[in-house]
Amino acid sequence: MYLVRVFVRHKKGILDPQGKTIKDALHAMKYKGVGEVKIGKLIDIKIEAKSIEDARSMVNEMCKKLLANPVIEQYTFEIEEI
Amino acid sequence: MKAGVIVFPGSNCDWDCYHTAKTSLRAKTEFVWHEDESLNSFDVVIVPGGFSYGDYLRSGAIARFSPVMNALVDYVNKDKGLVIGICNGFQILTEAGLLPGALQKNKHLKFLCKNVRLRVENTKTPFTNKCQSGQVLEIPIAHFDGNYTADKETIEKLNKNKQVIFRYCSKTGSVSSSSNPNGSIENIAGICNEARNVLGMMPHPERVADPVLGGEDGEYIFSSMAGYLKK
Repeated sequence: MYLVRVFVRHKKGILDPQGKTIKDALHAMKYKGVGEVKIGKLIDIKIEAKSIEDARSMVNEMCKKLLANPVIEQYTFEIEEI
Repeated sequence: MKAGVIVFPGSNCDWDCYHTAKTSLRAKTEFVWHEDESLNSFDVVIVPGGFSYGDYLRSGAIARFSPVMNALVDYVNKDKGLVIGICNGFQILTEAGLLPGALQKNKHLKFLCKNVRLRVENTKTPFTNKCQSGQVLEIPIAHFDGNYTADKETIEKLNKNKQVIFRYCSKTGSVSSSSNPNGSIENIAGICNEARNVLGMMPHPERVADPVLGGEDGEYIFSSMAGYLKK
């Protein structure tokens, strides 16, 4: 069994209205030095697979098909055996 | 003429679209459950608004994998008729790759529910042939994720092929950032595909296609479609 932790983020150059609002709030709270804020998604998936390579290729496919929209998002993931 | 209105779990404009298909398209209209696998008997397919699958993950992302979507891709590729996706329907069509780009959260992070004005950018389509060039339509929006986004190349291609059908504009038809409710690139409110048989738009023409609803500007779109299909 593997635990996969998928991170989905906005692609570079794509406006992130939620990130900007958080940044504005942090500025309003007087946190100095706060630069760009980006919000993303964290998706944990438990997967049964023969090997870590199999799990990795499965997750890549899942990300491309469903978990991230390649028009506006990019993804990375971490994987560990549990 | 026969129209099908696709119903996903969470669709909520399906009855409005059903009513409009009957009264404005004057089509024999049926609901199509998202698990159905054929759309071939229809001249028009409407993908209605709502919150399919609760908008979980991304608006339209889960609906796009419903069995009926394979049928819809086949329907479009074989040019069996016209497809109009409204609001969540537009989001589903982009997720399915039937229209380019994506719809993300409104720039000011508010759910917007109000009447907006749209300038008709191309009247040589099955969806706008009853409109005048540059005509301003007043149609309501009701969305959180209506901020149209695409990369530069896609926008250039849309402009070059005249696939941008509607832009948010002022009462007088001027397109500027002050008439842009949600941050959409170049005020884009609706686009069609290259083959011109699929239209996606965030505003809801079915909500203003009957005088009893307080407006008739949506009627231009449905009567254009009806006129095109009768030819």
